[in-house]
Formats: sequence, C-alpha cells, structure tokens
Amino acid sequence: MYFYIPLTVFVIGTLFPFYWMLITAIRPDSELYRSWRAVNNAPFWTVHPTFEHFRDLFAKTSFPHWLWNTFFIACASTAISLFCGLLAGYALGRLRFPMAGTIGTSIFVTYLVPPTLLFIPLANIIRTFQLGDTPWALILTYPTFLIPFCTWLLMGYFKTIPKELEECARIDGATRFGAMLRIIFPIAVPGILSAGIFAFTLSWNEFIYALVFLSSPEKKTVPVGVVSELIRGDIYFWGQLMAGALLGSIPVAIVYSFFVEYYVTGLTGSVKG
Amino acid sequence: MTALPRAHAGHAGRVTRWLENERLLAAVLLAPTVLLLGLFIAYPFVMGVWLSLSSVSVGNVGEFVGLKNFVKAWNDSIFRTAFWNTSFYTFWATIFKLSLGMWLALLLNRSFRGKRIVRASMLLPFIVPTVLSTFAWRWMFDPTFSVLNWMLYQGGFITTKLPFLSDGTYGMWCAIVINTWRGMPFFAITLLAGLQTISTDLQEAASLDGANGWHRFWHVTWPLLKPVTVVVVVFSIIQTFSDFQLIYVLTGGGPANATHLLATYAYQIGIATGLLGEGAAISLFMLPVLFIVVWVQLRYLRRLEGA
Repeated sequence: MYFYIPLTVFVIGTLFPFYWMLITAIRPDSELYRSWRAVNNAPFWTVHPTFEHFRDLFAKTSFPHWLWNTFFIACASTAISLFCGLLAGYALGRLRFPMAGTIGTSIFVTYLVPPTLLFIPLANIIRTFQLGDTPWALILTYPTFLIPFCTWLLMGYFKTIPKELEECARIDGATRFGAMLRIIFPIAVPGILSAGIFAFTLSWNEFIYALVFLSSPEKKTVPVGVVSELIRGDIYFWGQLMAGALLGSIPVAIVYSFFVEYYVTGLTGSVKG
Repeated sequence: MTALPRAHAGHAGRVTRWLENERLLAAVLLAPTVLLLGLFIAYPFVMGVWLSLSSVSVGNVGEFVGLKNFVKAWNDSIFRTAFWNTSFYTFWATIFKLSLGMWLALLLNRSFRGKRIVRASMLLPFIVPTVLSTFAWRWMFDPTFSVLNWMLYQGGFITTKLPFLSDGTYGMWCAIVINTWRGMPFFAITLLAGLQTISTDLQEAASLDGANGWHRFWHVTWPLLKPVTVVVVVFSIIQTFSDFQLIYVLTGGGPANATHLLATYAYQIGIATGLLGEGAAISLFMLPVLFIVVWVQLRYLRRLEGA
C-alpha cells in the first residue's frame, strides 16, 4: 500500500511525457489542434495513427543531417576525452610526482565549471580560431566538460588496481609505459566503457555551445536543429516537433538500455570519484 | 628515476627509457589534458573577466571600462528579476529533487518484481536531451491545447484554463516542475547506490532495538548517506543555478522577461544582442555562488579524508 501506490505514481509521472511525445508524433493534425473542451475529445489515444510527421521530418527538413552531425560530434569528442582522461587518470591515480594534488584538484574544479559561465568568451575564441560553424568548434570544446569527468572516474578506477600487478610485469622486463598499456588499461575496460557511455550521452545532449557556435541549418545538432528550425515564425508544428524529439531521444535511449549497468556506474562514480 | 643510461639506445629505446622516469611520464600523460583544459577553460575564463571589464561588442574592439558593466547590470530591473528567479528556481528545484529522489531511492531499495526495468526506466528523463523533453512539457503546458488543463478540468479541479506559461509566476513553477522531473532520477540512483552500501544488519539491529521506520531512517540510514547526499546536492545546485536550456525552450525568458535566469539573460545580452562585455559580466555574477558551493564541497571532502 505505502509501497506500490507511490511507486506507481513515480512511474507514471516519469514516463507520461514520453508517452505524450509518442502519441503527439503519430496523431494527425486534425486531431491535435482541437479545443480541450470539445466533446468527444479523446486526448490519450488516437484512432488514426499516421507517420506523416516523421515523413515530413525526413523529407522537408535537415533532420537526417542533424542526426549524423550529432552522432559524429558525440563520437569524436568522446574519443578525445577518453584518450586524455585515460592518460591523465593513470598519471593521477598511479604515479607519484610533484604537484599531483594540485593538478588533481584543479581538474576537479574545472569539472564543476558550468558551460554557461564560459560560452560568451568561448564564442569569441572560436571566432578568432575561425572554427565557427564547423563541427570542430564542438569537438574541441565538449572535452572541456568530458575530460574532467573521465579523468576523475578513471583515476578512481586505477587506484583500486593493486600496485603489485605492475611491479610483477616490470620485474619481467616490461617498461613502465608498456605495463600501463598492456597490463593496466585492459583491466580498466569496464571503467573506460562507463566513462565512454556517460560522455557520449552528455555530448549528445549538449545544447548551449551547439546553439552559439553553429549557424548553418544543415550543420546543426539535433537539439539545436529541433529548437531553431522546426518552428517557423511563431508557428509550432507540434506533430513534427514531437517526432523530432522522439527520434532525437531514441539513439541515446538505445545506447543507454544496452549499457544500463555501466551507465549507472559512470553516474554514481562521477559524483563519488 | 636516476640518471638514464644513454649509450647504444636507439631513438625508440631512448623514449621508452625517458618514460621510466615517473615525473616525465606523468608530464607526458597529463600534457593533452592540461593543454585542452587550459585552452578552452582557463583561457576563456581569463578572457571572460577581461570582456566583463570592457565595452567589447560584436564588430567593435571596445575599451576598458572598469566595473561599469557590473554596476549597469545591478541597476537593471530585468537582471534583478533574473537573479532572484535563478535563486528561487535553484532553491525549490533542489529541495524537490532531494526529497522526491530520497523517497524514490528508499522505494527502489526494496526487492520487488520488475525492479530492474523500473529502475532503468526511471533514469530516462535524465538520459534524453533536456531540450527535447522540455518541448514535450511545453506542449503539455500549451495555452490552448494543454493536456494538463484538460485533465484538471475533467477531474473537476478547475473551471478555467490555468495560464501555465503566459504568467511569470506560473512559468517559474512550471520550470521547477520540469527541472525536478529531469533531475530527480539522478538523485534517486546515486542515493540508491549509497543505500546499497549500507549493511542490512544495521537496520535489523535497530529494529530489534525497537526503532520504527522513521527512526531507522533518521538515526541509521541518514548519517551514513550524508556524504553522498552532500556531493549530489552540490552537483545539482551548480547545474540548476547555471541552467540555460530549460528556460530557453520553455519560455525564452518571457512573458515580458519575467522568467529569465542569469544564463538566459546573459545569452540575450551577450549573444543575441551582441554586447559581449555586458553579457560576460552578467554570467560572471554566477561565480560567487558557484565558488561558495565548490568551496564547501572541497572542504567537506577534505574533512572526510582527514577523518
């Protein structure tokens, strides 16, 4: 009683907006724009499901481009961040050197710097580097919020691996660098996967940098494209918008559903460090 | 770590031998990270401070104007509304996220059929792009076709439509609801991970001693959960205080600039209007709050490590 009722309310509250997205996306316009007081109004389902909005989305807008751009940018910035985070996390987690504490703390502090604090000067910098309106503007700036997180997560992971493992390998003649590559990194694969999944979803969802740095319609990412190109003037095409929202959410939802456990590890690790 | 033998070493051999030096290896491994973060965080930060002290705008080099931009912002009534909104929004959204998230975590900490799927689906709002889910909410709050109005009307709670987004106060509360909806799973899942590290023996011992549910939570669970909670709350405050996308999509700061947050107002002045200096100054107003929050967190973490 005190368990199932609240739980059901939580489930319905969480999932209703997604249901609403879906039902709006497959509903013909004639049903969408009907007064909420009209008789026979049945807002929770539709008797005439249609794929018209999806067809329009692909035929009349740059949506396929946006999907590809988002995917490409998310993959590239995740790869860069994993590369940097893996090396830095190893250095901070397993090597002894002066300033290790200071560098660790400053990386943690950059992790807490929100993009909205920096977007105005960054826009200026992107302009001086002539990166504006290219995917590189995002591929190079997304790592600023991904690397600290990857480093932090992987550092924690590396710290749990016993020192003896490396020492054995080095006695057998492996170099420090070789031991890192061949002994430690393979053990860290689950951690790398968690960091990668989390980084991918974060860059898929990023909005403000993409909004500020990109301007050509066909170069945009899904979140920005949906916001700026699917509204013509003051008119909202809700069917198309919801179809776009649904399709823009599905890729991350799929990645997530395959790797729920890794994602949760990444999520909880991202705050615990 | 001492002098390196150099004789007869090939080029590749020399590099690997250099890398035997712990300090050198660390420097090499940290170089890409330090370079990227320096170029795209430290440099923009310094530049942001410079911009905020200047009259730079798009296509205009500008000059040093001291604290003029900050004074101007402070005397601007829209800025004050934005600052107030940001604090209000952060305060209430964090309270809701924490209490609902804690409740959900406690519910999910029991075992029941379909637990895995429920837990996985609970995280969905956190996974999907905020902008896209906010659009779904915006459609649910639509002035003419709101399904929520329809439900409330059919349920007999209201007789006329609620002005969800056409009224500033309602608008802020709608934003708080959406932010809670989106952020609550993050709280629930992290707190759940914290709960799962607490041994059930403690709970059983407490209930043998006659503690009821609330006492068990307050005296056994909560003290052990506090470290995780502090960290999650800090993260959430930072993200909520610096939020941009939710308001940008939901109301765009309207009606009549009544729902601006610091970030959306900075965007409007700095990017949409092109007054980079003034925009940078507005976004720098976030810094003191973020600074305090980060400082509290670092101090707390140090104390935990020291204990």
